[in-house]
Amino acid sequence: MSNFFEKSDLSRKEAESIISDTLQKCDDGELYLENSKSESILLDDNKIKNSSYNSDLGFGFRAISDEVVAYSHSNEISKNSLKQSSENLKSTLKSVKGTYNHEIPKSNKKYYDNINPIEQKSLNEKIKILNDVNDYLRSKGDKVKQVTANFLGEQKSVEIIRSGGETLSDVRPLIRFNVSVMVEKDGRKETGVYGVGGRQSYDSYLKDENWKSVCDEALRIASVNLESKPAPAGEMKVVLGPGWPAILIHEAVGHGLEGDFNRKKTSAFHNLMGQKVASEGVTIIDDGTIDKRRGSLTIDDEGTPTEKTVLIENGILKNFMQDRLNARLMKTRSTGSGRRENYRHIVLPRMRNTMMLSGNQSQEEMIKAVDKGIFAVSFGGGQVDITSGKFVFNCTEAYEIVNGKIGSPIKGATLIGDGPSILKEVSMVGNDMMMDPGIGTCGKAGQGVPVGVAQPSILIDKMTVGGTKL
Amino acid sequence: MVKDQEFLEKKASYCLGLAKKLGATDSSAVVKNSVSETVNFRNKKLDEANRSDDLGISITTYIGKKKSSISSSNLLNDNLNILIEKCVETTKNTPEDEFNSLPDRELLAKEVKDLDLYDDSHIANDQKIDYLKKLEAVASSDKKIINTESSFTQNKSNFVLANSQGFCDGYKTSSFTASSVTVAKDEKSMERDYEYSSKCFLKDLDDAEKLGNLAANQTIRKLSPKKIGSEKIAIIFDKRIAKGILSTFAGAISSSAISRGTSFLKDKVNQKIFSDKINVFDKPDMLKGLGSRNFDSEGVKTDTLKLVDQGILKHYLIDTYNGKKLNLKSNGRCGGTSNLYFENGNISFKDLLNSNSKSLYITETIGHGSNIVTGDYSVGATGFLVENGEFKYPINEITIAGNFKDMFQNITLANDLEFKYATNSPTMLIEGMVVAGK
Repeated sequence: MSNFFEKSDLSRKEAESIISDTLQKCDDGELYLENSKSESILLDDNKIKNSSYNSDLGFGFRAISDEVVAYSHSNEISKNSLKQSSENLKSTLKSVKGTYNHEIPKSNKKYYDNINPIEQKSLNEKIKILNDVNDYLRSKGDKVKQVTANFLGEQKSVEIIRSGGETLSDVRPLIRFNVSVMVEKDGRKETGVYGVGGRQSYDSYLKDENWKSVCDEALRIASVNLESKPAPAGEMKVVLGPGWPAILIHEAVGHGLEGDFNRKKTSAFHNLMGQKVASEGVTIIDDGTIDKRRGSLTIDDEGTPTEKTVLIENGILKNFMQDRLNARLMKTRSTGSGRRENYRHIVLPRMRNTMMLSGNQSQEEMIKAVDKGIFAVSFGGGQVDITSGKFVFNCTEAYEIVNGKIGSPIKGATLIGDGPSILKEVSMVGNDMMMDPGIGTCGKAGQGVPVGVAQPSILIDKMTVGGTKL
Repeated sequence: MVKDQEFLEKKASYCLGLAKKLGATDSSAVVKNSVSETVNFRNKKLDEANRSDDLGISITTYIGKKKSSISSSNLLNDNLNILIEKCVETTKNTPEDEFNSLPDRELLAKEVKDLDLYDDSHIANDQKIDYLKKLEAVASSDKKIINTESSFTQNKSNFVLANSQGFCDGYKTSSFTASSVTVAKDEKSMERDYEYSSKCFLKDLDDAEKLGNLAANQTIRKLSPKKIGSEKIAIIFDKRIAKGILSTFAGAISSSAISRGTSFLKDKVNQKIFSDKINVFDKPDMLKGLGSRNFDSEGVKTDTLKLVDQGILKHYLIDTYNGKKLNLKSNGRCGGTSNLYFENGNISFKDLLNSNSKSLYITETIGHGSNIVTGDYSVGATGFLVENGEFKYPINEITIAGNFKDMFQNITLANDLEFKYATNSPTMLIEGMVVAGK
């Protein structure tokens, strides 16, 4: 736990009184303090290319009156700096007449341990694993031309001080281990990428040479792509594998169900609450409470305990994801979805672990049901225009399906669809729900936050595949 | 107020001194301060005011051919002492890399020209509000516009780069940015678009009315889009999308992608990669340029490079480390390009629209569909169907795909280049791409 006032000329008591004075007639607001330590160790091209360490400290002071947010942040935790921020906030909110909402739910549950993953493994041990990864992959044959592997570790301590002095805090560990491999055959080059991560120590993922399975998966994807043919172009049936392909859920419906876009009525979903937006059998939740997952949080960045929020239940739209501001303006409660990249940014309603739950069909049944289409197994990323509802995601491993059978691998292509209608095209839901491996980062308004996704295999009856073969 | 040169230099030299004392054979440090103030409007009312004051330092220490780095936002000497000690310790434990080094001394920038990158004027939040009021009044005047979000940011930055070879320089920069995002709605659809202006000098910023007008019109014209069938077709990229294709090209000729062998343009220097008429420049000394700089992020001097001459690739973008690996001298491109642009083509925008009886005009792409290893390109797109030089109707939910190796050979440029971003392109036509739709 960080003591933010230890080396400062500002005492906790003085800070509390500046906070209470500034937020007096505001509807909401808080002082958010953050201390993060992170490391990055990178092996590339047979060498340790980079070993770096970052230590970041700062505060963000927020005051809200009705719909207006005033925000000021600084790296200096000092009397002067906080007072200047207070003046900035007051000058923006000239005539406030709200009543501060002191209510904030409490919970004793914790979803990860108070550890610093960086300290739990020595630099030499980390360098050894990266070198072992390099040797292991390059021993797999001449076709392996490039190997990149890296460790990213972080410990972030946050403290939220509300008007009246109520204080909430959290210490969040996060790690990621990634491997990327490039292979070449007959002049053709392809890459494969795989990684693992979450909110626990490096060793939880790497014990017993577990890193070999990460390497094997990256190499497998690269090798498959060496044999790939041009992808087809046009509308067809698409079978998505379980796990990481749930990027589809994140892009197609997740962003459109965030509270801010619906309060502002700029989301394609804003007038669909209580209506059927997906096929029967489709249930989607956003869950911040899964033990040690990348997208999990004990409390969100406003201090609200996270929860399991049902977004779509059996095809019907049930809830949006809310932070305190949007919840108040939409006359509902926060779902513990208020997040920010760090103290430099304002809070926005964001996803945590977004999951489609299992149905009862098998992947084999889905493949058999397709005459002409594609089977997509692995994805690189996606994007959505929440207003038009159109979204894309890029597949990095996919196969053609011909007459109910999996055929040749096809080149990476972008798939495009319409968020509010795509889930109505889901005709089969698999019994094989899987979480992603723990490497996802979601971007919104220039802020990146760690998230997770999960889904079973699904069959989508109609989607546009952006290949080059007509 | 942004911190002055003296403060930043003092911090940098403190760090270099300490690193040396602790056993570093070489070191470099960057200290940067950036102060920005933003006001956001939504539907003609104040929505958010945000002030940020960011101070940061990053230090790299070398012991022979070993290297490590740290960065922090906490510049108190107590904290710097701990971090630099940690950095030197980590350096000792990091394996050697024969190509690690500071830049060659003779390549360091010697004179720092005034490129007119700093405007001392300050626009108070009340004046920003006046600008945004005018902007949003125009942007929301058509009743099809149901939501407007606009923003005005003033940023002032200062930095110092110092290294143990005695290099120590830096300068102030400023930027003033206004933007507007509007949402339009009709019975069938809801669409969003935007307009934006960013300048080093406040007085050069676009009119509020002009911005509001463009944002609204560009959104309204997208209403009631259609989806078209899959076919091979000529694609015209709006300037704001065409510049992205130039950025992908820059990524593919970066010396790191070349030395790692992960670029489709490896070993292509002195080969023809674009059509005959294409010239690409990277010009760092443009006055008031959004990408202008006096030296790169290692302190190496930067000269104007003609990267592509009559379709032939002439240079990679080289930094010190990858240069040594490739046996080439740094050309001052650590940190990427400066003001990168395609030279104007020789036909007008109108003639470009008319050059095919049917084409697609793309105004927005989504997704990360550029692969610089293979050159494959596949992205979601929004735009308009153009027939006989005229915009017929809006199009969405399609993808466009091709491979850069072929696309580069089939580029025709209009003569409408302007310097709106750091990377700029005239309107661009590429023949023979594949659209996937219905």
